[in-house]
Amino acid sequence: MKLSELKKGQRAIVKDIHGSKEMKQRLASFGLIKGAEVELIDCSLTKSNIEIMVGTTLLALRREEANNIEVEVIEDGL
Amino acid sequence: MDCSSCKDENIGKRRRKRGQGHCTFENQEEIKSGLAPIKVALAGQPNVGKSMLINALSGQTRVKVGNFSGVTVDKLEVCFEHHCHLIDLIDLPGTYSIDGFTEEEKVAREFLLNEEYDLILNVVDSTNLQRNLLLTLELLELNKKMVVALNMIDEAKKDGIEIDDKLLEKILGVRVVKVSAKSGEGVEELLNVIHEEADNPNRSHSNIVYSDPVEEELIKIEEFLNQRGFRYKDLTNREVAIGLLFENERLYKDLHDNPIMVELYPMLIEAKEHLYTHFETKDIKEIKAIEHAAIARGIAKEVLKIKSKPKSLTLTQKIDSILMHKYFGIPIFLFFMWALFQLTFKFGAIPMDYIDSAINSFGNFVGSFIESDELRSLVVDGIIHGVGAVLLFLPNIIILYLGIALLETTGYMSRVAFILDGFFHKFGLHGKSFIPLVTGFGCTVPAYMATRTLRSKKDRLITLFILGFMSCGARLPIYVLFTSAFFPQEIAGHILFLIYISGALLGLIMAKLLRVLVFKGEDEPFVMELPRYRLPSLKLLWHTIYSKAIGYLKKAGSFILIASMLIWFASNYPKDENLIKTYQTKIEATKDKEQKEKLNLELKAKLLENSYLGMVGKATEPFFAPLGFDWRLSVALEAGLAAKEVVVSTLGVLYSVGEADESSDTLKEILKKNLNLATALSFIVFVMIYLPCMAASAVFVKEAGGFRYLVYLFIFTTFVAWTLSFITYHVVKLFS
Repeated sequence: MKLSELKKGQRAIVKDIHGSKEMKQRLASFGLIKGAEVELIDCSLTKSNIEIMVGTTLLALRREEANNIEVEVIEDGL
Repeated sequence: MDCSSCKDENIGKRRRKRGQGHCTFENQEEIKSGLAPIKVALAGQPNVGKSMLINALSGQTRVKVGNFSGVTVDKLEVCFEHHCHLIDLIDLPGTYSIDGFTEEEKVAREFLLNEEYDLILNVVDSTNLQRNLLLTLELLELNKKMVVALNMIDEAKKDGIEIDDKLLEKILGVRVVKVSAKSGEGVEELLNVIHEEADNPNRSHSNIVYSDPVEEELIKIEEFLNQRGFRYKDLTNREVAIGLLFENERLYKDLHDNPIMVELYPMLIEAKEHLYTHFETKDIKEIKAIEHAAIARGIAKEVLKIKSKPKSLTLTQKIDSILMHKYFGIPIFLFFMWALFQLTFKFGAIPMDYIDSAINSFGNFVGSFIESDELRSLVVDGIIHGVGAVLLFLPNIIILYLGIALLETTGYMSRVAFILDGFFHKFGLHGKSFIPLVTGFGCTVPAYMATRTLRSKKDRLITLFILGFMSCGARLPIYVLFTSAFFPQEIAGHILFLIYISGALLGLIMAKLLRVLVFKGEDEPFVMELPRYRLPSLKLLWHTIYSKAIGYLKKAGSFILIASMLIWFASNYPKDENLIKTYQTKIEATKDKEQKEKLNLELKAKLLENSYLGMVGKATEPFFAPLGFDWRLSVALEAGLAAKEVVVSTLGVLYSVGEADESSDTLKEILKKNLNLATALSFIVFVMIYLPCMAASAVFVKEAGGFRYLVYLFIFTTFVAWTLSFITYHVVKLFS
């Protein structure tokens, strides 16, 4: 499933990242790469942006970018 | 600073021999005496407390720090002395990765790769070690001397994080020092380590071990290089192998013509094929990223002892649940902004009256010592009133800057970018544009530079074009002057807030227009870190405010002073002797005191109208007349193209010269007498929108990438300003 489809509090493992080389590199510099563990923290009001946690880093993304990241849920949140 | 007291002469001699690099500050005695400084490049990810560490490192002695805080957009140099040696710190913009793609990250990259320096000081956030190590690993591959500073170690301790620095040192192969810029812990040790490393004739080498598949290839290449007795600069053959495998461009360029490459190419192709199969990707940079992430994770596991989830992270998430609340997030933000402008006005107004009367009595006091009428007019009307009008607003400026510094340093700014991105996106702006836009409320110059965080050229240009609509601190005096003259004290603060908000809204609308009509195209992705909340140290805040205040005073004492004198001159000359004579005879002829006063007034007004300034004002008056401005307001606006502070000082000079009684009437009261509400509001609107000052325009040309953009900006802003002022003037006139 896509990172953008996670529910609040769900944890997941990144399976694949699509997109340009630059985008991948940018995400990698935050530790967001294949195999990384992420948790969905919150969405903005219009759901146009999401907030995730990678390791101990809080990261803000747009839905468009999150659509390019495939994940597998490992733990359901509350 | 005096180095003659230094006892350790050996270090001095050694340093003198090295003779590498120079402090760019000219007035350093030591440079003249031939002592070369240790040049240290400060690199680190954003939000690791680099600026604070610089203050702590250089704190003991004379420092020069750049004049804008928060976002370090350009590289910045600080020179100071430690143990009789100059240390030249170059603060590079925070960068998540050396291969980063924003303009400011490029600044860091260019410097690290191409400039001469003695060593890299890698500043690391101890509370977020694993991610910070990603950059550290990249820096290690540069094969330069390096020292790692584990900054904010006190916060890490509070968070229940323990770091085994000795083990980390062993794994990385470079010196590691625990330090806290806030408490000063470890600062002295860090300086000593920098000294030792700089003086060390040998560079220590990285001990990083990659994963088995990568190591296998590295060993093959290294062995081959060893067999051939290959040497490249001061690199070990392992370092060369790493560079070759991960496609270090510099290395390839240098080795291009080396015969050994003929044999190396097939080896490298084979090695890469192996890696491609193993990592299931054909992108060597991605492989490197995966490797680095794995190594960072491994290191973190070994050297970190974490008792539980870091407290600061838990706290940050708790605060976020309020400040980033789905529904309350935006209202809370608007409340903060409203409060800031209220404070700016209310608290700023308290000392204002005192400063004002002090300036006035100072003028009278000085004036009483000057015999010559000409000279007295120059000093009192020109210099003291002109500069005084600007000084008056120092308290407002300080409060505004304090507020912006708080927004920047606590980490709230990036939350707002997150909250507003959805909204901004609709207007064709990027959420990150918010940061330069808020900086723009302080000063447009650093705000223009801060647009470098935006990657796409179109996003940058749109942001650059609308930045002027965010009224800068220098426009504040004009607003405060006019609002306090035309509105009751109770609501002046609200009006001020309204001015800023409507400027910002106008900016958004214009952004949308520009996006739809001029800069069409793809959006930039939005990926940004939400750093943990941090209370800025009082020291750093004080430092920011202090340097801002000093900067403002310096400007008042130099630029504004000269401008005031010029305005005074242009408003007093040429003197029409005939006119004066005619009036003098008339004045002498009448006995009536009132009549005399009236004639005097007439003479002054006529003289002013015939002065150079009057001519310029008169020439441009037709352009401004539909907006309700007389020639004096026109001249003030034109002078404001040099610097916005000059608008107020020009008004100060013009109206104090033209005033009949040179009494204690403040500029505020004079304006109230001379202008009506419609004119005042129309003037405010024009000031809100028209071209920023000269300094900002110069930076704009540089950042936008061409002089023609300034021409566009001039036409764009003047057109919008004129139209909206026109509407304001006539609508208000209709209703009042």
